[in-house]
Amino acid sequence: MVPSVVNIGCGAGFSGDRVDAAIPVVETLANKEGPKYLIFETLAERTLALAQKHRRKDPAHGYSPFLENYLRPILKKCYETDIKIVSNFGAANPKGAAMKISEIADQLGCKNIKIAIVEGDDLLQVMSSQDIQNHPTIEGLEIGDNEVVAANVYLGARPIAEALSRGADVVVVGRCTDPALVLGPLIKEFGWGEDDWINLATGTMAGHLLECGGQVTGAYFADPGYKDVPDLANVGFPIAEVANDGSLIITKADNTGGLVSAQTVKEQLLYEIHDPENYFTADVILDISKVRVAEVGPDRVKVSGAHGKQRPDTLKATVSIDGGWMGEAEMSYAGPNALKRSQLAIDVLKSRCRDIKTNNPIRFDIVGTVSVHSGDNEDTANSHKYPDDGDYRIRVATCGHDKEIVERVNQEMLSLYCSGPAAGGGFRQHLTDQVQTASILVDRNKIMPKVHFLTGYA
Amino acid sequence: MTLEHMKKVRLHDIAHARAGDKGNRSNISLIPYSAATYEILLEQVTEKRVLELFSNKGASKVVRYELPNLPALNFVIDDVLEGGVNSALNLDQHGKTLSFLLLTLLVEVPVTLTVQNTG
Repeated sequence: MVPSVVNIGCGAGFSGDRVDAAIPVVETLANKEGPKYLIFETLAERTLALAQKHRRKDPAHGYSPFLENYLRPILKKCYETDIKIVSNFGAANPKGAAMKISEIADQLGCKNIKIAIVEGDDLLQVMSSQDIQNHPTIEGLEIGDNEVVAANVYLGARPIAEALSRGADVVVVGRCTDPALVLGPLIKEFGWGEDDWINLATGTMAGHLLECGGQVTGAYFADPGYKDVPDLANVGFPIAEVANDGSLIITKADNTGGLVSAQTVKEQLLYEIHDPENYFTADVILDISKVRVAEVGPDRVKVSGAHGKQRPDTLKATVSIDGGWMGEAEMSYAGPNALKRSQLAIDVLKSRCRDIKTNNPIRFDIVGTVSVHSGDNEDTANSHKYPDDGDYRIRVATCGHDKEIVERVNQEMLSLYCSGPAAGGGFRQHLTDQVQTASILVDRNKIMPKVHFLTGYA
Repeated sequence: MTLEHMKKVRLHDIAHARAGDKGNRSNISLIPYSAATYEILLEQVTEKRVLELFSNKGASKVVRYELPNLPALNFVIDDVLEGGVNSALNLDQHGKTLSFLLLTLLVEVPVTLTVQNTG
């Protein structure tokens, strides 16, 4: 029987998100009628490449390192109240994630839990590394001879729907489009066909609004005196109510902070959207150009008017290649004449860096003047807009494939302790292993997603 | 309306915004607090002005999309992220803070217009 309303909550919007946000979402969903789902989106573009590196070091790893923190508090309650969980926790190792979930479920006494694994996103299984290297990228970046660390296709919602139809309590995916985590359950419940473009568009829009967690419920929104948000520290994560006529309400977990308003929904609706008429996904091309939002109750916003066009013949894949190293180092100057001492420190650094004779790009900042809003080569401190006395922090950043050169620049900042202007303090440095990503388009017929159940695997 | 009936305010007083990134491209939504000021945004927040505002960061092209039913504008700004999350040396590699740079743009509004600030 087709349900009248499907409720889908979101427990995480990125890999570093709050680990306790899902708890009130689950409490709220448990009291709802009809089918209930909880999604976790924890896989940004580059996260998968980092996961792949982990897996190479240890084949048991390479899935979301926070999986246990997210699931342990809510898994039992979800199992007992029939809330199905859908997530891209799998990252570079969906089977490893599923095994870990099974272990947690055993410990919590969730007997006979059915965990499904969606595979088929790993492009290296169907294309050689060399073919990928030679493939033109959307950004125009030449992959060349750089080692391909990871290459994964954004799968759509169909395999998730299949896993749920076959009885999964938990579905673990590696790479899929973020909205597919929401669209998959809707396809399963409502039986939407492959060319039901309007409904697929509405489900995709619901997924887009949910995939960043609190970003639609007042998080990443507050601007005191302009956009005030109640109890941001306990912001409630979103729940979408999708009806079988394709209508969509965004609301949030009960007894939480935050808010759902026309404003919060509009900001998230356009988040990371380029052409509003053409948002490409694996399942449909979403058109939000005519969408309307309306507040229909406290923390309840109705979103309508999504249109859909035939899905593309290609699927997008993210290719990750080694990106060398990034070095960053900082030092503080404070009190009388601090800005002049900061400027002198940067002059010293520039001179020392010239002696290193590298072509690597190097950027200098004085935090406290203009830093993030200035360009790479701007001299913002000399505009006389900032007081000589103050609390300033200088920063140098560089990147390159030669680790020693990158480290040398950081070392020059450190040496200011004894050899720079008066009273520099609070040195910190980072050296980060970089990943470069590029996007390629792959014929969708080459990609064959498969659903496995953990029991059949072992 | 004549000049003496107008005042200059920052976009921050009449609209809100959020930035997102894809590679070396940023998109910034611009949403008026009141639907009545959408026309002001349409007239004054042009692709040319936005390109100028972000030129110090290397922006090469701006495309403005209109969403009259919300209402809102969506600006897509090319090459503004100094390489983007893969390689930018800027502290803010995603350009998350750029939404509030857009909100520094000055616009002329009727002196009678109430600006947003409840604090």
